[in-house]
Amino acid sequence: MAGSGTAHMRSGEDVILAVNDIVVEFKVGGGQIVKAVSKISFDVCRGETLAIVGESGCGKTTLGKAVLQLPPPNSGEVIFEGVDLTKLSKEKLRSARTSMQMVFQDPISSLDPRMTVRQLIEEPLWIWDRGTNEERTTTINKLLNDVGLDPELVLDRRAYEFSGGQCQRISIARSLALEPHMLICDEPVSALDVSIQAQILNLLQDMKDRYGLTMIFISHNLAVVKAVSDRIMVMYLGKICEVGTPDVIYSKPAHHYTAALIDSVPIPDPTREVSRAILQGEPPSPVDPPSGCRFRTRCPAATDICASDEPQLREVTPGQFVACHHPRS
Amino acid sequence: MSLLSIKDLSISFDTPRGMLEAVRHADLEVPAGTSVGIVGESGSGKTVMSRAAMGLLQGSNVHRSGTVVFDGHDLTAMTRVGVREYFGTGMAMIFQDPMTALNPVRRIGSQISEGLRVRLGMDKRKAMARSEELLTLVHIPDPGTTLHKFPYQLSGGMRQRVMIAIAIACEPKLLFADEPTTALDVTVQAQILQLLGDLRRDLGMSMVLVTHDLGVVAGNTDIVAVMYAGEIVEQAPTKSLFANMRMPYTEALLKSIPKMDMPSGKRLQVIEGRLPDPTDRPVGCGFAARCMYVQPKCHAEHPPLIHDGDGHLYRCWFPLGKK
Repeated sequence: MAGSGTAHMRSGEDVILAVNDIVVEFKVGGGQIVKAVSKISFDVCRGETLAIVGESGCGKTTLGKAVLQLPPPNSGEVIFEGVDLTKLSKEKLRSARTSMQMVFQDPISSLDPRMTVRQLIEEPLWIWDRGTNEERTTTINKLLNDVGLDPELVLDRRAYEFSGGQCQRISIARSLALEPHMLICDEPVSALDVSIQAQILNLLQDMKDRYGLTMIFISHNLAVVKAVSDRIMVMYLGKICEVGTPDVIYSKPAHHYTAALIDSVPIPDPTREVSRAILQGEPPSPVDPPSGCRFRTRCPAATDICASDEPQLREVTPGQFVACHHPRS
Repeated sequence: MSLLSIKDLSISFDTPRGMLEAVRHADLEVPAGTSVGIVGESGSGKTVMSRAAMGLLQGSNVHRSGTVVFDGHDLTAMTRVGVREYFGTGMAMIFQDPMTALNPVRRIGSQISEGLRVRLGMDKRKAMARSEELLTLVHIPDPGTTLHKFPYQLSGGMRQRVMIAIAIACEPKLLFADEPTTALDVTVQAQILQLLGDLRRDLGMSMVLVTHDLGVVAGNTDIVAVMYAGEIVEQAPTKSLFANMRMPYTEALLKSIPKMDMPSGKRLQVIEGRLPDPTDRPVGCGFAARCMYVQPKCHAEHPPLIHDGDGHLYRCWFPLGKK
């Protein structure tokens, strides 16, 4: 439901990233405005993995990119390691970005097809003039070993010679080259087979431990994020529905949308009764979102108040925040 | 009698690197009224097999042996034009990527009515009216307006519904669905799978569902065939397959699916390594190099397809759950 509010925000020194009331809108033809992200606030603590979950078009990728100022949000603050990125000059922003990196959804098209693996991974080091030639070679070899590729075999090959899973490993190595503090992974496994998907998810966990990373993990599949996340934020049409730890979210989803997402995941067990409450229809257009709670048009529990008042995030159980007038109990 | 019967089908392609064996000695029966799932990783040959079954693979670099009998007619003995007789009314296919499978410069209505006019000889007005009914059948809101839209104006889920409408337009006896939900969100995936199940029951169709996700076949098929490196390595009625897995590969595939009831922060089980090179298949079992239970015999001899009684087939020297 898309609600606003800041009840779920934490304070303390551990907060590495705090996003306050961020708004991202795009102008499209005919004077219309796509309201991709509408006044969202969230924070991430050092060493934590925050998962952002929602359907296509809910604004989760836009939100992830807005954190990196790609493009900068229309309003709101993005405070990363104590600095508000939205107020930095171009040059300062460029150097601030080295400590946050992104892993993209499509592993093959996000790598330059004309560059060798050595060039791909060396590029960030070269741009920032890190180390001598020998030091760079050592770094590249170490990164490749860390992501499970043999430097001898891959260094002089190009992206098209690799499978999707291997390309995603190269992307991860490249994103780690500058030793970032935070990694934003945008659907890093959606394009991969289940067997490869598990390999990449485990690899991301390993890298997080080894490099002491903080991670934002964007996905549409709640089953995938369960394995990797410490905190989950469910989004719908540019607003937050629910925030909480995975254990609470999966066992007792308070938001009707979260419950529908959980029910949609196919269960590999034929004896289980096929579900359940499948969410019908598609999200409304973000050009003209519904009044009040944005989920009300598809919500089984919607009443009049949902159309008139926008729900605010509030704590229903310790550590679980929901923006809904009629939360599930 | 089976609606579709594939016997000893092998498909290979001439490639610059040598002969690529995509499908090897596959047997598959699709009894009338059932839904059969074909499961495997990318490159396991599942798409090639379903395309070959429809007679869509032809060309000078394709080598094919074995037979495909559909509804009593041997498709492998027919010419390209002969096979086409069965498209639409006999069998139809839903392709994986709804973004590229539709013609971008033709309106939805004209794409759906094409089959109706060519196959069923309807006139334009009648075909358009029927197209509108079909859009209603696949739950597209406001079908009258959608008929006049272009594919780019629709979302991925809506385009997949249009693909389904095109496929079922001439009421085929057999529907091939090649990864129909892979490109879609989980919520839309659930909707599309439900729709396919409903249509199958209402229209009495058989279905071949090709996917890499064991979760998708679990609730939507009667029989499952698991493919690996071009071969069917395990096949059984769906419930029996999940209850008594024989192939270590099927088990590994199942275990690698992230599940919502597992504790967070736990490592997922993975299948290490990759599929063997299709131009240079190993002598023994194709899965031996990645198998947890591998024995010397697995590398030396190729396991035959073993019949376990009650329709359970597997291709393993040391099956799970047996001594």
